[in-house]
Amino acid sequence: MSAKSTERGATGLRKAAAVAQLRSERELRAITDTVLRLAKARGIPETEVHVEEVIDALTRFANNAIHQHVAEHGVVLSIRIALNGRTARVTTNRLDEVACRSALDDCLSLAASQPKDPLLLPMLGKQKYRKVQRFAPATTSVTAGERARAVKRVCEVAERSGQVAAGIFSTGQSQTLLSNSRGLFASYRQTQAEFSVTMQHGSATSWAKANSADARQFDPLALAITASEKAERAQNPIELPPGRYTVILEPAAVLDLVGFLFYDFSATAVCDKRSCLSGRVGKPLFGRNITLTDDVYHAEQLGMPFDGEGLPRQRVLLVDRGIPKNLVYSRRSAKLAHKKPTGHGFALPNEFGEAPMNLVLAGGNSSVPEMIASTDRGLLVTRLWYIREVDPYEKIMTGMTRDGLFLVEKGKVGPAVRNFRFNQSVLEMLRNVELLGSPHRATAEESFEMVVPPMKIGKFQFSEVTKF
Amino acid sequence: MGHVTACPLVLVGTMWDYCGHSLETARLRGARYADVRVMQMRQRDLTTKNGQVGTLGQSESIGLGIRVVANGAWGFASSDQLTREGIASCAAQAVAIAKASALAKKEAVQLAPEGTYVDSWQGPCQKDPFEIPLETQLDLLLATDAAMRKVKGVTLAETDLQFRKIDSWFASSGGSKIHQRRVTSGCGIAATCFKGDAIQKRSYPNSFGGQHILGGYELVESLDLLKHAPRIAEEAVALHDAAQCPEKTGTLILGGSQLGLQIHESIGHPIELDRVLGQEANFAGTSFLTLDKLNHLQYASSIVNVVADARISHGPGLGSFAYDDEGVPAQCIDIIKDGAFRGYLSSRETAHLVGLHRSGGTMRTEGWNRLPMIRMTNVSLLPGTWTPEHLIADTDDGVVMETNRSWSIDDRRYQFQFSTEIAWEIRGGKKVRMLKNPSYSGITTEFWNSCDAICNADHWVLWGTPNCGKGQPMQTMGTGHGAAPARFRNVKIGIAFSNE
Repeated sequence: MSAKSTERGATGLRKAAAVAQLRSERELRAITDTVLRLAKARGIPETEVHVEEVIDALTRFANNAIHQHVAEHGVVLSIRIALNGRTARVTTNRLDEVACRSALDDCLSLAASQPKDPLLLPMLGKQKYRKVQRFAPATTSVTAGERARAVKRVCEVAERSGQVAAGIFSTGQSQTLLSNSRGLFASYRQTQAEFSVTMQHGSATSWAKANSADARQFDPLALAITASEKAERAQNPIELPPGRYTVILEPAAVLDLVGFLFYDFSATAVCDKRSCLSGRVGKPLFGRNITLTDDVYHAEQLGMPFDGEGLPRQRVLLVDRGIPKNLVYSRRSAKLAHKKPTGHGFALPNEFGEAPMNLVLAGGNSSVPEMIASTDRGLLVTRLWYIREVDPYEKIMTGMTRDGLFLVEKGKVGPAVRNFRFNQSVLEMLRNVELLGSPHRATAEESFEMVVPPMKIGKFQFSEVTKF
Repeated sequence: MGHVTACPLVLVGTMWDYCGHSLETARLRGARYADVRVMQMRQRDLTTKNGQVGTLGQSESIGLGIRVVANGAWGFASSDQLTREGIASCAAQAVAIAKASALAKKEAVQLAPEGTYVDSWQGPCQKDPFEIPLETQLDLLLATDAAMRKVKGVTLAETDLQFRKIDSWFASSGGSKIHQRRVTSGCGIAATCFKGDAIQKRSYPNSFGGQHILGGYELVESLDLLKHAPRIAEEAVALHDAAQCPEKTGTLILGGSQLGLQIHESIGHPIELDRVLGQEANFAGTSFLTLDKLNHLQYASSIVNVVADARISHGPGLGSFAYDDEGVPAQCIDIIKDGAFRGYLSSRETAHLVGLHRSGGTMRTEGWNRLPMIRMTNVSLLPGTWTPEHLIADTDDGVVMETNRSWSIDDRRYQFQFSTEIAWEIRGGKKVRMLKNPSYSGITTEFWNSCDAICNADHWVLWGTPNCGKGQPMQTMGTGHGAAPARFRNVKIGIAFSNE
C-alpha cells in the first residue's frame, strides 16, 4: 500500500478524529425499502426488516491509568419472512443489494425446512407510538480525549488518597428501524453514557456507578470521591458469623436481586411452567409494600417504545401491594391465553416469548440514613456479585457481597465486614421489606437498569463468609 | 431443499489488502505497533420447545478491528465499513484513541518479543454443519423433543443446536500474516418437570446448552441425543420423589462436566494475569493468586496436575487454535504441577511482569469489534488412575454430583458455591439413592488440596464452556476444560438449601 494512495483518503482520516455520528433515518429506510422491494419481487407474502446501527466508545482504566480504549461502529440488518405458516430470520451486516438477495434466499431455505407452525400470526400493520425523547446530543459529542481527561482526574483522586482506581467511562448512540410489508414502520434513537469506578485502598474496595442517556447527568469526579471515601472506611474488615441479618440494600443491590424476577413475569414462562409465578398469580406473594410495574415511559427509563414485532409497549402493573396481578404478553402468548398483548414480545422466531424490560419498583418515604438510624444491628450492603439461581420456584438466589459491606450498630455505620455469601429466596425477601426509600434509576452489573428504591430488609440469609 | 447457501467469501487477497491498508494508515498516523483482525463469522442456531421449532436463525458478520500503540498507549477501533476510506478512517481513529489514552498513562506499553509467522490453519471439522440439510437437523431435534415428552410428568422439553464458522485474517506491523478457520459445534437437550411446589430439570450431555467442541456435525452424531432423551426425562420426574441432599461435611465425587466448570471458575479465572494485575478490578474482579504465590503456593494435592493447553494435540476444545489473536503460537503451559502453582495465563504485554520472555499465547477476541484479552484456552485437569466404579466402591460414605445447575464465586475467586441437577448418595461403596437439590461450597485452595482420586484417561472428556463472559464491553468466549470424575474429602455439602 503506497503512502500516496493512503493520502487519497485524507478526508476520511480527518473525519476519524471527530466522533462518528449515526446515519440519517432516510439512509437506513432506504435499506429496509430495498429489502421489502426485493422480497415482494420474489413473491414472499410477508417480510419484516430490522436495521440497527450502533456507535460506542469505551475508555477503561485500572491501576490509575488507561489500559484499554476502544470504539466501534456497526450496522446490522435482520430479515424475517413468513410464508405458508413458517417463519425464519437471517441476520447480516452486509447491506448491499447482493447481500440482501442472499439473505432472502437463506430465509426462504430456512423457512422451507421446517414444519408448519399453526400458531404463527400474520405480521402487524401500521401502529401508532407514543414519543419518547432519549437522545442527548451532548452525549454524541464526547470525544476520546474528553473521556481520557475525566479518567485522569479520577485517577488523581485515587492517587491523592493512596488508592488505586479502576473503571470505565463509555458513551454511545444507537438507532433502530423496524419495517414490514404490511406497512408497519417504527424507529427509535437513543444515546447512552456510563461511568463506573472501583477504588482499592489496600485490600479494601468500594464502587460507584451511574448510567444515563445524557453524559451531563452524572459527574465522574463526584462518583470517584464517593467511592474513595467508602473504600477508606472499608479497611480492616471484621469477620462476623454467617446467619440471618437485617440488611440495608443500596439501590444497586436491590436492582441485582429484584432484576432476576423479570423473566418470571413472562406469560410464556408461566405457560412453560418454569416461572416462580406458576400457580401464584392473583395470590398474596410479597409484602403489601411491594408494587412493581413495567413502564418504558417512566422518565428515568431508557429503551424503545415498541417490541420485537413493532407492537407499542404498554405500562403494565405487575405486582399490586404484594399480589402478582398481571403478566406481560407477546401476540402469540396473548392468543394462547385469550389475553391482549402488552407489547413485550421479543423478535421472532424465539422460544422465550416476552419479558418486562423496564421495571419500576415503587418506593417509600424513608432514606438510607433513616434506615441506618432505625437499625439496632444490621449490615449496609453496597452491591452484590455473581448472583445465580439456586432454586427456580422458591427463587433462591446465591451470590456474594462486594465492594463495601459495613456493620450497622445502634443507628450508626460501624466497621467494614468481611464479605458474605448469601442464599436467599427473593420471594421471602420481598415479604420482609421493612422500609423503602425513594426510587431512582439504578445500575449494577448483574441486571439491566431499573428504577428501584433502597430497602431495609429483615432476616436476610448469609450462609458463608469469604477471606476478605 | 434445506441447503442454505454459504455467504460468498470475500476474496482472501482482499482481506489481506484490508489488513495492509489499515496497518499502513496506522503507521502513517504515528502508531509504533499495530495489529489488525479481519473476521468473518457465520452462525446457525436451532432450538425446539415442546414439539415446536423455537429459534431458527442464521447470521453472518464481517468487519475489521485494529489495535495500535501510539505515544506509548493503546487504542482500538473497529468498523464494518470495508472500503478504503472506511478502513483508513478506522485505523486513524484507533491512533487518535491511543493518543488520547496517553493522557492518562503510567508507563509505555512494552510487548514481549514474538516471531513473525505467515501461515494458514484450519481446525478439525469432519462434517461441515452448514452443509448438513436443515431438515436432518430439525428432524433429530423434534424426535428427541418428542421422546422426552413421552415420559409422563415432563412439562417442558427443550433441544438446541449451535454452529459457528469463524475465519480470521490477522496481520501485524511485525510482519505476521495468519489466516485461521475455526468451526465450532454445540448441542444439548433438557427435560423439566414442574410438580407441586418445585421445578426439577435434567440436561444431557451438559446443562446450559450442552457440549461444545471445535469440530463439526460429528459431535451431534456422536452424542446420540435421541438415545439419552428418555433417561434424562425420567430422571427429571424422579427427582421430585428423591430425598433432599443432606447438609453435612463429607466426601464428594464430581462428574466430569461439573468438574470442568469447577476448574473454570476456581483455577481458570484466578490464573488470568490481567485479573491478577488489577486490570479487571471494576468488573470481573481480581484474583487471590497474587504474584508472590507463583511457585510458592500449594494450590492442590500432589495428584493434581493442570495445564492450559491451546494446541490441537490436547483435543478439539473451544480453547484450541494455532495462534492466539495477537499472533502468538498455541502453547501448553503448566498451571499446577504435582499440586504446586506454576503458571499464569499471559499476553505479550504482561509476560515480562512474571519473568517470562514470551507470551503464553492466550489473547483472544470474541469478534472483529472487540479487543483481544487474556482468556482461558483449554484449562484441563490431567487424568489420574481410577475408574468411576473403583472410585465409588472405594467410598464408604459420600455424594456423587452431576450436571451443573448454578455456580457462583467471589470476585477474588476464593469462596465458591455450586449446585447440580442431580446427586446420588453412596453408602458402603454403592450408590444407594437419588438426591435432589444438591450443592457444595468451599474455599478454592482448601477444596483442591482435598482431592484424593482422579479417574483415568478413558473417562476424561474435553468439555466446552461456550459462555464465559469477561471484559468491558462484555465479550463471550468459548473455553475448554478436560476433566474426568474426581473425589474430594471434607467438603461442605448442602448449604444452599439450608434455612438457618
